[in-house]
Amino acid sequence: MQSALNFHRDARAVVGNPVLRAGFRGAMDFLMAKRAAQFPDEGAFAELRAAGEAIRRYSLARLPDLLEQLERNLTANGIRVHWAETPEEACALIIEITAKAGGKLVVKGKSMVSEEVELNHALAGAGIDALESDMGEYIVQLAGERPSHIIMPAIHKTKEEIARLFAEKVPGVDYTDSVDALIQIGRRVLRDKFRETKVGLSGVNVAVAETGTLCLVENEGNGRMCTTVPEVHVAITGIEKVVEKLAHVPPLMTLLTRSATGQAVTTYFNWISGPRRPGELDGPREVHLVLVDNGRSGAYADPRFRATLQCIRCGACMNHCPVYTRIGGHAYGTTYPGPIGKIISPHLLGLEATAPLVTASSLCGACGEVCPVKIPIPDLLIRLRQQSQGNAASPLIPGAGAGRKRLMATAMGLWSRLYGDPGLYRLFAWVATRFRFLAPSRQGAWTDSRAPLKPAARTLGERMADRR
Amino acid sequence: MSTGMPPPRSYPAKPADVYLFGTCVLDLFDPEAGVSAAALLEREGIRVHYPPEQTCCGQPGYTSGFPEEARRVAAAQLSLFPEPWPVVVPSGSCAGMMRLNWPALFADDPQHLPAARAVGERVFELTEFLVHVCGTRLDDRGGSRKVVLHTSCTARREMGTHLTGRALLAQCAGVETAQQAREAECCGFGGTFSVRQPDISAAMAADKAEALEATGAEVLVSADAGCLLNINGTLEKRGSRLRGQHIATFLLGRLEGRS
Repeated sequence: MQSALNFHRDARAVVGNPVLRAGFRGAMDFLMAKRAAQFPDEGAFAELRAAGEAIRRYSLARLPDLLEQLERNLTANGIRVHWAETPEEACALIIEITAKAGGKLVVKGKSMVSEEVELNHALAGAGIDALESDMGEYIVQLAGERPSHIIMPAIHKTKEEIARLFAEKVPGVDYTDSVDALIQIGRRVLRDKFRETKVGLSGVNVAVAETGTLCLVENEGNGRMCTTVPEVHVAITGIEKVVEKLAHVPPLMTLLTRSATGQAVTTYFNWISGPRRPGELDGPREVHLVLVDNGRSGAYADPRFRATLQCIRCGACMNHCPVYTRIGGHAYGTTYPGPIGKIISPHLLGLEATAPLVTASSLCGACGEVCPVKIPIPDLLIRLRQQSQGNAASPLIPGAGAGRKRLMATAMGLWSRLYGDPGLYRLFAWVATRFRFLAPSRQGAWTDSRAPLKPAARTLGERMADRR
Repeated sequence: MSTGMPPPRSYPAKPADVYLFGTCVLDLFDPEAGVSAAALLEREGIRVHYPPEQTCCGQPGYTSGFPEEARRVAAAQLSLFPEPWPVVVPSGSCAGMMRLNWPALFADDPQHLPAARAVGERVFELTEFLVHVCGTRLDDRGGSRKVVLHTSCTARREMGTHLTGRALLAQCAGVETAQQAREAECCGFGGTFSVRQPDISAAMAADKAEALEATGAEVLVSADAGCLLNINGTLEKRGSRLRGQHIATFLLGRLEGRS
């Protein structure tokens, strides 16, 4: 079960690990520079992201209609559409499709929704092997870990760690830390599996309602293999990924690839519009789409949280996040780490399991500044904090009040009484300044890394009164 | 808010009177900065009014998820600025709270919303006000100093006032402004974040301190007292020689040949 309940412990472990810290810092610096190079003109970027935001907001405003239209047109194209309200339903559907095809192995392209529903675990329970074919995901799977970044799943691993992992886990491989050689090893292993498997699985970047098309961007060609070589292709995605028109795809993909990896375009762009047709020589015999809700309709129904679903999963918010840069992805304990993870996970998992995440932001705004579809992430975090403290409970987010601690609530109540009453505050400030020599040398967590706070000899209010 | 630079703001002509909102941090921890801000404004021929009942903009409660508590504090400020004068705030973060977040805070409170909006619209961050409204010209009488500027995230991303502090420093002939690595990165303060996520906050503050120290600057200058509490506390604990000063204190010192 995913949960952020060990967040403080896990974050502290990474903060204290210089190798991981340096690795994340270097990788994030690299990704930020790559992205910046793709948006040299501030005005052009502002226009493009305004278009991206408008498309996503328009799509969400019409979401129920678009989903119905998408289902109609996918069905007309021969793609079978399945709806899953929960992770369990999604997994059961995919297990059933795989079993019907007589499959013992599912070869997977990169899909964060499949991570979200913990598909590999469910497949294993049904006696079906899952093999990740995205190089980063393959590494993470070999290591028995989870992705630490939604775009770069193995960003937490050094080249040497991967070399040791391959030597240990891949039969017949000697230690090499040549990146090219490692990639060739991975490709060789995977190539055989593509031929062998009956079921290929992929994610979806955008689903187009008017044409019934699934769009998938990728750089390694494994996505193309997963979606064309096996007899059966299963795509899985969240219900929010739909747009109305084909014309809505280019602005979103331009924003996605530039924001994510600093690429003007990805190496592969797959448009999937149905199974193999009569007379065609290749392509899958069956194509399925599993549309997953898993808490999204709760976020959708509350107008204060709907913007959460604008996300196109580029990962720029985590690349630019000073918190993610310090602790990496695993510490969050959830499928989606970083700023987007902090605002989406409470809807997927409830606040009981995610309360520590909503406080894990200095609200610096770097995420909102780079978000290609202008999700006001800091504002949403503030609203989630209200939910978590039980101060503005929406029935649509499970676990309201889960983050409330008596000490914090009492402190806020005292602060409010004191600073809400000028006379009382003056008295407090007079005492605090006159007795400043009593300021303790240990001031809770503040003084773990800082010198203690000491009030001035006289307040600004007093000094300003003197000047008159 | 929070998704990039605000639209350019139109500025009024230089007024004869302004209110000064000193902020709770300056009131208790750095009154010198507030007094210096008043002196810089008076130097422009402006009368400075300091409502003695002022306390805090309400930001700590607002950003921590306690809107009711924040409203109570913010509401206590709303009647303190009855004249239509600008409200000058020597802190980007507090100015941002008053100007941009008060409307959201009071959105469901029709009794206070009009006043919150009316006051918020008149709020200016100090360096923004000096540059854009006063057209301040600084006559630098200080010696040769190497300075590094830290700009708060609110000033940079919400208020768009990250360039005005730099512009004022650039007017000081004797001041060399050093460039720090990752200038736009947060110092790790974030109000209650600093004590609710102390490990992460400390890591951010340590990196910031290191970047500032690496510039070889003699003085750190900032228009945000909250960041300065965090950075100065961290620098002091590290045994660093570098210390931060509020930009108002620093600039007034330059005019008087002190800093």
